[in-house]
Amino acid sequence: MTATDGHIRISAAGPLTTVQDFGRLHLRRLGIPSAGTLCPDWLQLGNALLGNPADAAALEFRLMGPSFTVEVDDMQAVVAGPAELRIDGADGARRIKPWTVVKLSRGDDVTVGSVSRGTVALLCVSGGVATPPVLGSRATYSRAGLGGLQGRSLQIGDLVPIGSAIPKDTLSLPDVDDPTDQPIRVILGPQADHFSNEQIGIFLSESFFVTTNVDRMGMRLEGPKLKHRTAALSEIVSDGIVPGAVQVPGTGNPIVLLADGQTVGGYPKIATVISADLPRLGRLAPGTLVSFSAVTVREAEDALERHQTWLRTMIASAGSAIEIGDVDLRLLYETNLVSGAVNGTEETE
Amino acid sequence: MNGRIVSDMRFLSLGDRALTVEYASGFDPQARKAVIALDEAIREAREAGSLSGILDVAPTFRSLTVHYDPLQINQASLKASLMDLARPSSSEREPNTTLWRLPVCYGGSFGPDLPDLVADTGLSEADVIELHSSIEVSVHMLGFLPGFAFMGDIAEPLRKPRRQEPRLRVPPGSVAVADRLTAIYPWESPGGWHLIGACPVPLFFAEEAKPTLFEPGDRVRFEPVTKSQFEGLKQQLNRAELSPQSFRKTK
Repeated sequence: MTATDGHIRISAAGPLTTVQDFGRLHLRRLGIPSAGTLCPDWLQLGNALLGNPADAAALEFRLMGPSFTVEVDDMQAVVAGPAELRIDGADGARRIKPWTVVKLSRGDDVTVGSVSRGTVALLCVSGGVATPPVLGSRATYSRAGLGGLQGRSLQIGDLVPIGSAIPKDTLSLPDVDDPTDQPIRVILGPQADHFSNEQIGIFLSESFFVTTNVDRMGMRLEGPKLKHRTAALSEIVSDGIVPGAVQVPGTGNPIVLLADGQTVGGYPKIATVISADLPRLGRLAPGTLVSFSAVTVREAEDALERHQTWLRTMIASAGSAIEIGDVDLRLLYETNLVSGAVNGTEETE
Repeated sequence: MNGRIVSDMRFLSLGDRALTVEYASGFDPQARKAVIALDEAIREAREAGSLSGILDVAPTFRSLTVHYDPLQINQASLKASLMDLARPSSSEREPNTTLWRLPVCYGGSFGPDLPDLVADTGLSEADVIELHSSIEVSVHMLGFLPGFAFMGDIAEPLRKPRRQEPRLRVPPGSVAVADRLTAIYPWESPGGWHLIGACPVPLFFAEEAKPTLFEPGDRVRFEPVTKSQFEGLKQQLNRAELSPQSFRKTK
């Protein structure tokens, strides 16, 4: 889908809006993080509603979405995640609920609202965002200027190319369940042996706060400080890391790596978040309490199967969208104002 | 492969989509050899069409992490397949024959930390440069930044812990040392290594299928050049009159 039909013109970018797809999953060998959306499950759902391929690129935004003018004859869009759309067009103003496909016409002014639960959501468009793929993906990795629009987050005045697509029936989903109160499941290790059983017990039984130190690279947590068996065991000779790895540096405060996280690291990893739960974790808002429970690899694989089945069930349940013009925009959003990208989750060489 | 290394070998789950094969917890030349041999064995097996579901294989100093698609293969069967490959059935391979000879302009504004290194070692500047450029180093792993290669081991007298205060901006192309390692910064970035020179050859090419100059296992030797040679090479590289690949020598 490289043919573009036109573009949208960004009039307000939002605090951190980037082009994302599933990322680059084959280049960690060369030190290149995968990047890609923090919400691969929602990207899949949003694309399914639009009839796009599952991996079509979308705009991922944090806290608040972008505003833009449609400069393409016809397109469809859907917010994958808890944010609403406001459209000012020839027919007047409309408000569109999350998970509801809407037709947009040239000249429409569109505002994607605030994320009302958690911090991250996606705007999916018919035909996908059609920026040129770099190293097999359109995902933005701003640290190295890869992918997306000139390798960076969106700015006012940007023209974001939109792929061409055949208009489909407009579909919608009932609100997509995204429980924030259930424990995040982890597989212990690879360096759980740097911690006593008592410390692992604390990690698995206590709650941790999501701090404001969160970005696409990682998420710093605070809670009971986790102690290594010895001071020497607070570092390792660097080895491979992945999104979801829970690093514990000498401070004892865990850092969970996310999509833009580095490929190798020198802190012991007490556990690694399972694939089925990583999107849920990556979306959590600062101030949220999170707890962890340990599962086996086998259980994690079963959980991923169930997660995939849930996604298929959701897609199958999509019904015809009824555009409701008078949905109340929530006036009071959760006001967890993140200070933007924070540099506290990575190591420096 | 050495018996100790085999008995120390461990499979570590890195979540449900990556598996690390670890040969040692510290720096260890035998572990390095085992990592290179396993990397090569996996490459051969994949080329022969087995081990489907693997997405990426990332070697480090002492271990190798296999990234896979859990919807295609489960960890238990991946582990079983890797177990066979990780055993020292075949002779020790010498698989990678790539040698890079890379020009480095040492000292001056390119190497602000060279005087400290000279003072610390009690050697002359010429001797320090000679020590850094006379040893062939290996690319142990890439990480930190795309294309950033951790190379080693450098000569004993040059080993020095990282700076207490990392610099906020290290210029791209800077050649640096820290502990037993040396590296070239592919990008401007913060950095805590000691800067001793600069290399004009670019290390990252976003438009190419293989985007980095280095591959894990490559060998590298540095060649001292003068400032005017450096500028000349840089110009030729910028104008594409010289290809970065021209610095590749096959042993």
